[in-house]
Amino acid sequence: MSTKIVTARVGLPNSYALSSYLEHGGYQSLKKALLEMTPEEVQAEVTASGMLGRGGAGFETGRKWSMLKQDPVRYLVVNGDESEPSTFKDHLLVENDPHQLVEGTLITAYAIGATRAFIYLRGEFALGLERVQAAINEAYAYGAIGRNILGSGFSVDLVLQPGAGAYICGEETALIESLEGKRGYPRIKPPYFPAVIGLYGAPTIVNNVETMSNVPWIVANGGNAFAALGKGRSTGTRLFALSGDVLRPGNYELEMTSKTFRDLIYDPEFGGGLREGRSVKAFIPGGVSAPWFGPENLDLPLGQDEVAQAGSMLGSGSIIVLDDHSCAVRAAWRITKFFNRESCGQCTPCREGSGWIEKIMHRLELGSGTETDLDLVLDACDNIAPGLTWPPQQTTICVLGPSIPSSVVSAIKMFRDEFMIHIKEEGCPFVH
Amino acid sequence: MSFFTPENLEKAQVLVGLYPDKRSALIPLCHLAQGQHGHLSKEAMEEIGDLLGIQPAEVMGTASFYDMLHTEEVGKYVVGVCTNVACLLGGGLELLDHASDTLGVPPGGTTEDGMFTLEEVECVAHCDKAPCAQVNYRYFGPLSNGDFDKLVDDLANDRLSDSVPPHGVLSRVFRDAPPMVPLEIIHQERREMDEAKKARLAAQNPDAGGKQ
Repeated sequence: MSTKIVTARVGLPNSYALSSYLEHGGYQSLKKALLEMTPEEVQAEVTASGMLGRGGAGFETGRKWSMLKQDPVRYLVVNGDESEPSTFKDHLLVENDPHQLVEGTLITAYAIGATRAFIYLRGEFALGLERVQAAINEAYAYGAIGRNILGSGFSVDLVLQPGAGAYICGEETALIESLEGKRGYPRIKPPYFPAVIGLYGAPTIVNNVETMSNVPWIVANGGNAFAALGKGRSTGTRLFALSGDVLRPGNYELEMTSKTFRDLIYDPEFGGGLREGRSVKAFIPGGVSAPWFGPENLDLPLGQDEVAQAGSMLGSGSIIVLDDHSCAVRAAWRITKFFNRESCGQCTPCREGSGWIEKIMHRLELGSGTETDLDLVLDACDNIAPGLTWPPQQTTICVLGPSIPSSVVSAIKMFRDEFMIHIKEEGCPFVH
Repeated sequence: MSFFTPENLEKAQVLVGLYPDKRSALIPLCHLAQGQHGHLSKEAMEEIGDLLGIQPAEVMGTASFYDMLHTEEVGKYVVGVCTNVACLLGGGLELLDHASDTLGVPPGGTTEDGMFTLEEVECVAHCDKAPCAQVNYRYFGPLSNGDFDKLVDDLANDRLSDSVPPHGVLSRVFRDAPPMVPLEIIHQERREMDEAKKARLAAQNPDAGGKQ
């Protein structure tokens, strides 16, 4: 029996409506937190849960909250700008269980004493924006948001903010700039954490949608119950977004470390395997910023440290599978094209480098490249992330730039022969 | 002459009131303007600037950063075909080529009748339905070439006007909530919460008291 936390109500009729949410225990955790617990008790439960942030960086949620500078004005911002390629877990949560997100946000606002809370959703989630706004409207009418919430004496307002199409706004300081009505330019560090200087210059906690969606369960069941799931630093469940060359792509909520990549990809309950006669050539374990894995890593458990120790990252929890009929050069080229398009343009290594890398990768894919292009593209990568190490060295304001080399380096390291065929045959040998 | 209709002007004023600093309403106001007019005209940017107390050039400077904010005219339906990696593996680039043939415009182009603008977009988080597309940010997928042609035909003949509204991601559901709790009340509450917390911590930890 697998435990479902954030997707427990997904699939119920009208799971997004208040009536359905209340029927299935909705807003009981908010009531418990506001009426029976002090803010520090709520925070202690979240700390005990050991929950790592579900956005990609994997920072301990309780620790993040404890770093919030205790100024009189402080904010909570929920990061729902889900744009990491092949990540579509928050998309599921905002459309199917917006009240769970709202409840988690309100509990967190209480725990950290936020003056106001904001949910920033990517603009392309038109239906998600409608569902979350409708949930906020219903929650106000129900008395769960606004003045004197559920008779507790605690008041807070919650505002839904739409994005407008920019990957970089997932970076928390860029998101804050965007929420201030500006271009989504990441802020220069230090300060490293918005918990010191964030929205409107005030201390701010930025948490991911999935992170917030776990909070009601943690308050209801206790941090220890959450920590009992998973292993080591990987506690609780995670929503894994599986895509690419598998028969059943989709979101699967799994207890952390309980399954391996092979289970996720091949189990008929999850990915259902590959098309007849095909095999895994490579997979990307945590969004396109992550170094690739080959079939030899299929038996790694889906855990934060397990993946990190093997030289990549679990990141946003999205797994992309390439089978032996898919072209690694083409996939790597498309990823560099994405970064080139989404570079905000502030830092030279990223702005210029991403363009050069995309051009070289494109001509390699088209078959007009040369063998020296392989060295040239690696050299360009080295200018963005010197040493081409993992995790990468930082030359830019944010991590977008240094994320570019991962796929290029992985593809060249793992599939040099494939590049050579492109060069020799002056074209891509795969059928598209 | 106001750009916003009276109804939208009322909505605009609600949006401006949601933030400690009204410039935060810039993106929501741009969505509102696009909902009314399809794209951000000069008049729209001037009025948004007036509402926010900033120059129209600052509205333009911000809006031009974002893919969804159009400073030039677009078709009634903006069709975004995703070619990012999950869609690529599912045939997204080929779908984009086909879309371009069907609509008769390259990515970035608008059909002569003003019905469709075709865009090549980055991942829109619909990867389990690859290859996918969005029309005015409503999802469709997985799409074969035939599915795409049927979609275009349905749109052109107004058969999807319920599921695909005209522009503006804020056009169908709007904030319906009481006015914001005055910040003085919130600040007073938080001061009391913080003092109560300090007192509790001091009671638990008499030694640490006073060091805070």
